[in-house]
Amino acid sequence: MARSKSLSTPRNPSSKLPGKAAASVSSNPMIAALSASQIEAFGRELDALRERVLADLGERDAAYIRRIVKLQRSLEIAGRGLLQFGFLPPAWLGGVAALATSKILDNMEIGHNVMHGQYDWMQDPALNSKNFDWDTACPGDQWRHSHNVMHHTYTNVLGVDRDVGYGLLRMDEKQPWRPQYLANPLMAFGLAALFQYGVALHDVEFDRVIAGKRSWRDAKPVLQGVWKKVRRQWLKDYALFPLLAGPFAGFTLAGNASANLIRNFWSFTIIFCGHFPADVQTFDKSELANETRGHWYLRQLLGSANIEGGKLFHVMSGNLSFQIEHHLFPDLPGHRYAEIASEVREICGRYGLPYNTGSLARQFGSVLRRIAELALPPRSAMLPVAA
Amino acid sequence: MIDSMLSGSLNRALGSRLVNALTAPHGVDRFLEPFNPMWSVDKIRARIESITRPTADSVSLRMRPNRHWKGFLAGQYVRVQVEIGGVRRSRCYSLSDAQAAHDGLIEITVKAQDEGLVSAYLNRNARVGMVIGLSQAEGEFVLPQAVSAPLMLIAGGSGITPIMAMLRTLARGGHAGVLSLLYYVRNAADTIFADELIELFGAQPEWKLRVIRTRESGGSRFGRAHLDGLVQDLAAAEIYVCGPAALIDAVSALCAELGCESRLRLERFTATSTSAPADPDTISGELRFVRSERYAANDGRSLLDQAEAAGLRPESGCRMGICHSCTCRKTSGVVRDLRSGRLSSSGEEDIQICVSAAVGDVTLDI
Ligand SMILES: Cc1cc2nc3c(=O)[nH]c(=O)nc-3n(C[C@H](O)[C@H](O)[C@H](O)COP(=O)(O)OP(=O)(O)OC[C@H]3O[C@@H](n4cnc5c(N)ncnc54)[C@H](O)[C@@H]3O)c2cc1C
Ligand code: FES
Repeated sequence: MARSKSLSTPRNPSSKLPGKAAASVSSNPMIAALSASQIEAFGRELDALRERVLADLGERDAAYIRRIVKLQRSLEIAGRGLLQFGFLPPAWLGGVAALATSKILDNMEIGHNVMHGQYDWMQDPALNSKNFDWDTACPGDQWRHSHNVMHHTYTNVLGVDRDVGYGLLRMDEKQPWRPQYLANPLMAFGLAALFQYGVALHDVEFDRVIAGKRSWRDAKPVLQGVWKKVRRQWLKDYALFPLLAGPFAGFTLAGNASANLIRNFWSFTIIFCGHFPADVQTFDKSELANETRGHWYLRQLLGSANIEGGKLFHVMSGNLSFQIEHHLFPDLPGHRYAEIASEVREICGRYGLPYNTGSLARQFGSVLRRIAELALPPRSAMLPVAA
Repeated sequence: MIDSMLSGSLNRALGSRLVNALTAPHGVDRFLEPFNPMWSVDKIRARIESITRPTADSVSLRMRPNRHWKGFLAGQYVRVQVEIGGVRRSRCYSLSDAQAAHDGLIEITVKAQDEGLVSAYLNRNARVGMVIGLSQAEGEFVLPQAVSAPLMLIAGGSGITPIMAMLRTLARGGHAGVLSLLYYVRNAADTIFADELIELFGAQPEWKLRVIRTRESGGSRFGRAHLDGLVQDLAAAEIYVCGPAALIDAVSALCAELGCESRLRLERFTATSTSAPADPDTISGELRFVRSERYAANDGRSLLDQAEAAGLRPESGCRMGICHSCTCRKTSGVVRDLRSGRLSSSGEEDIQICVSAAVGDVTLDI
């Protein structure tokens, strides 16, 4: 895994619009192996694919997302209803299963994808990226910034894309080792269990506040937004629905907590498999200088990994199992990724580019190995210099 | 039935803070909508109950609105939302039945325009049982509270719809005052509400009807002579006109000449400016940022760049079309997608301003 080293100022984003193409020499060997015109041709092929899908969007996509929304709402009503009778073990188990599934669908196939603007073209306020909020601790508007802007624009760029380690974990060799990273596996487990809060606090950037790189004044309003949302979530999951169950409040509360926990572990698993299996590349800020659209596509491809599975698995992972397609085309409806995956793979093959995919066991195993390995100090004497 | 059950206390319960907290962050509507859109706690929806065809290329839809509908005055219109090919479209349609219809239904009458998206869709695809979204009734094209002066109504083509609502309302209310209708149609087959008009006017001794078939022999466009025998003194009448822009302009000009503009009420179905669409290959037009009341001459850059240059601070993120932070409402005008070169429609819709450039005049709600 070779990676670039130097640092420079961020690039001018509008350089990615067509007509402003200016090739830069990349220190990433995969990118450096391609000529500027090849990169441009690669970008054009992906642009053409995107245009083809866009032109085809219609009733089928609208019907699909409405069907999923209806399923999610039904599961939520069923789950919450059953958990009112949580003292009966089958009702408790069924309720937790239904509510966890509902929350997973709400967060992944619906929330994540709708908030990407995948269904904005429908002009339906209920499915509009700007209005949507989801059933997690993270306020939708903050997510749109930390995820859509920072993570998707600067994917896997160390020091910019905060999804690399969430400011908690050491997920890349180039993050300098510190003794606290001995707790990497423990921290990862904690992050997985409380994943919704990890995501929610993403934009507060606690690590940078503590390091003195960000002022409390900047962080405070963000934190207040999170607190407001968290309060509403707690009120619903841990006060009102339990209280409605009267003497059986404890069962309802435990059921709701379990559903949240299941959703947290599941979304952590899927999301970490998207960017951290072996061979997924990270980039230095220098990669951003004069980045063209073709380059940007390349970085998205090299920084993402897919998970193989059946139809149900893809729906339950919000089609983030097609992380490569999602990163290339973040605003195409997720259920379309499966249909274009083979074509994307074929295009990559023609340009000699890798297409990182594998089973859930393989990809997640690889992530766990990385979390464990990076807990330890690097064996080489040449410690990378902190940015 | 369930809809009427939902009225009153149940509706209040559904709108309560408790239910709101229980259904957070989506809100109760998002749980009702997928099962029955009519159940909405605050949105007006209407179910199509019957469909008739006044002419071969028009359709009257009678609809039962849900409990949020507050009624209307004859002459007003509603904004109708329908989904075509997965995309929600909104168009205005005048209500064509009397104010207080005996069956509690409301009616719109839609003429299919050549290459018209929504009008053609409603003509072809409207079905009994279909649910569509509505706004409350809007518009100032209404009768005076007490009708005393003679009424001179002038309609052209589908412009008969608001006037039909007035006629039906007046007839039901037993209005026997002096009233005339001058109605322009292309030909006999094109006459919306022909039979009912003959019946209505036949029953009212003080009502006079003149239908002019512009495309048949002897037909011609609006001229002062067409009013002869219909109205004694135009300047003393309440004048209502609805129809094609040319008809409205001609009637307005006549009223200006006679100095009776203050008694003229008009309803336009299409925008006045018939300026030719901008040439996509040249940079022209003006950008209007309506909410902040700023204007700028289009210089061809992205709308985001130009809004910022005009001193606005619209939300933005990636500036390359992937994050949708910059999405905002375009209320009119055509834009080009800077990535694909594709041109947008000219109607109201959400666009990403970082990857859109104006083609001619564009109005944005920022
Ligand atoms: C206040 C108000 C009330 C209205 N009431 C009615 C009504 O009661 N019945 C009714 O049928 N329509 C009514 N309209 C017009 C209606 O809102 C639509 O504009 C019309 O149905 C065309 O929509 P479309 O989607 O089919 O056409 P679009 O796809 O929007 O346009 C297609 C083409 O048709 C042209 N076009 C659009 N409208 C007209 C028109 N009226 N005459 C000639 N060419 C046109 C456009 O310039 C365009 O080139 C009303 C409009 C307004 C503003
Ligand atoms: S700023 Fe990101 S889509 Fe426009």
